[in-house]
Amino acid sequence: MFPGIPMLNYDVVVIGGGPAGMAAAARAKELGLNVLLLDENDYLGGILPQCIHPGFGLHYFREELTGPEFAARLAKRLVELGVEYRTAARVMEIRNYSDLEKVVIFTSPSGAYQAWAKAVIYAAGARERHAFEIGIVGDRVAGVYTAGEAQTLMDIYGVLPGKEIVIVGSGDVGLIMARRFALEGAKVKAVIELMPYPGGLARNVMILRDFDIPLYLSHKVVEVRGKGRVERVKVVKVDENLNEIPGSEFWIEADALIISAGLVPSVKKLTAIGVEIDPSTGGPVVNDRLETSVPGVFAAGNALLINDLVDYVAEQGELAAEGAKEFIENGGIESRKWIRVEKGENVRLLAPHRLSGERDVYLYLRVARPMEDVELRIPEVGKRVKLSLATPAEMLRVKLKAEEIRDAEKLTVEVVRE
Amino acid sequence: MTKTYRFTCIVCPLGCSIEVEVEHGKVKDVKGCKCPRGKEWASQEATSPRRVVMSVVHVEGGALPTVSVKTAEPVPKELIPELMKFLAGLKLKAPVEIGEVVAEWNGIKIVATRGA
Ligand SMILES: Cc1cc2nc3c(=O)[nH]c(=O)nc-3n(C[C@H](O)[C@H](O)[C@H](O)COP(=O)(O)OP(=O)(O)OC[C@H]3O[C@@H](n4cnc5c(N)ncnc54)[C@H](O)[C@@H]3O)c2cc1C
Repeated sequence: MFPGIPMLNYDVVVIGGGPAGMAAAARAKELGLNVLLLDENDYLGGILPQCIHPGFGLHYFREELTGPEFAARLAKRLVELGVEYRTAARVMEIRNYSDLEKVVIFTSPSGAYQAWAKAVIYAAGARERHAFEIGIVGDRVAGVYTAGEAQTLMDIYGVLPGKEIVIVGSGDVGLIMARRFALEGAKVKAVIELMPYPGGLARNVMILRDFDIPLYLSHKVVEVRGKGRVERVKVVKVDENLNEIPGSEFWIEADALIISAGLVPSVKKLTAIGVEIDPSTGGPVVNDRLETSVPGVFAAGNALLINDLVDYVAEQGELAAEGAKEFIENGGIESRKWIRVEKGENVRLLAPHRLSGERDVYLYLRVARPMEDVELRIPEVGKRVKLSLATPAEMLRVKLKAEEIRDAEKLTVEVVRE
Repeated sequence: MTKTYRFTCIVCPLGCSIEVEVEHGKVKDVKGCKCPRGKEWASQEATSPRRVVMSVVHVEGGALPTVSVKTAEPVPKELIPELMKFLAGLKLKAPVEIGEVVAEWNGIKIVATRGA
């Protein structure tokens, strides 16, 4: 109890109003739960309102939408269902007193609140890796942004972050940003990629050709210089072990440096209550209802693992809501024999980590290296799925039926040549 | 005169390497793709590439200073810079509904993808 702070009561509090949180809140409400959705932004949608390109929703809405359109559809569903939500509501802390007693403390323009709930769905998304995390040194200058910051500036506030831009990272996010800058009239001087192959999907790599943007593979940005604002960045070539090759340095003149070096699930508020983290996904260890190691705390979307498809994010939100419903109905946890899921050959990351064997489940995974004509195999249960292509850029999703896995103790997932 | 174009197909994640031979603006031969959709895409890409264009347009009196827009159909690639100039000069007034046609340029509808 926190005296003096107004108390609110719910079945479920959902943290994060991106697609994962919105889908979770809508589903929870449909299932008859009393739910509150919280987001620290002034608007719902998470990162979607700033992702103005098409490519969203082909699975979930069976239609190709832009990010804002996808967000608007989910927001409409929330309103129609009468889901209670608050924007500009920043969650400071989660506390876990017992299975069915959790508190979410948040601040908002009307003051601080303590929201008590039986279950919490954590859908706070991911954070971007910053320049210092990837070892860039030099002057402290204006004009260094993460891709998400630049995207918010340009596509929410209408401000171009620079006129001559260097982008670090050729994943889908970096490539999509390259197109946005070029379309808006900035000169994208280079995309710099550490690995020997581009990180994004072929359809996004094509963007570079559309706008004659040079892509430097096996290169990295190591230094940024300028007086007050970025003036030039230093690039160096790397060998196959990613070590810098001496003497290969060169400078590119630019007034902005955009870092698009990957996302990391944002889990601080989960680790604070003792949630177990999987080092390979960076997100929590979960079971087949997306429940973390703390009973009644569920995770979905990019806070669980980095998703490239918003459709999977929304699907995870709904599943977490169903898990919360079941959890509340059963009065908390029941002990059961969990089937462990483990990474085998060529699997870099994988979730969920433990399965009940009582319901069908989707496994989400990423491979370590690109491979053609492969098979996903789970030897313990004789499962085989043919895949024409598996690349680290694309998350794979496989359905396992309850009856296929029920009797297993352990499942090892591998992606290998046929 | 024959010209050969090389593409990595974007229709599906397979990413076939496709070669298109074009003679006098007409497709003569398409090699390397594993499906008819890829063939169609590569032919179009070689003869008259088109893109759906998205941007943001200034809006007065909305919750945010911009509203995001897209073209209702793919636009010939060579016209895109001109279209972007047109969009940069556009000023809208709130309210704008998502899905609303906010302008038209050379017969191409510009649709709001966010409300304001
Ligand atoms: C540039 C870019 C391009 C993309 N392109 C595509 C595409 O073409 N197609 C596709 O399907 N997917 C695409 N994606 C991926 C997809 O958009 C994401 O996977 C998805 O939006 C993640 O949703 P989320 O709900 O997990 O997280 P988010 O959208 O990040 O939402 C998390 C929310 O939690 C809130 N939050 C965090 N901490 C707190 C707190 N303490 N208190 C209150 N609120 C908090 C944040 O404000 C945010 O609103 C793209 C992503 C990016 C970055």
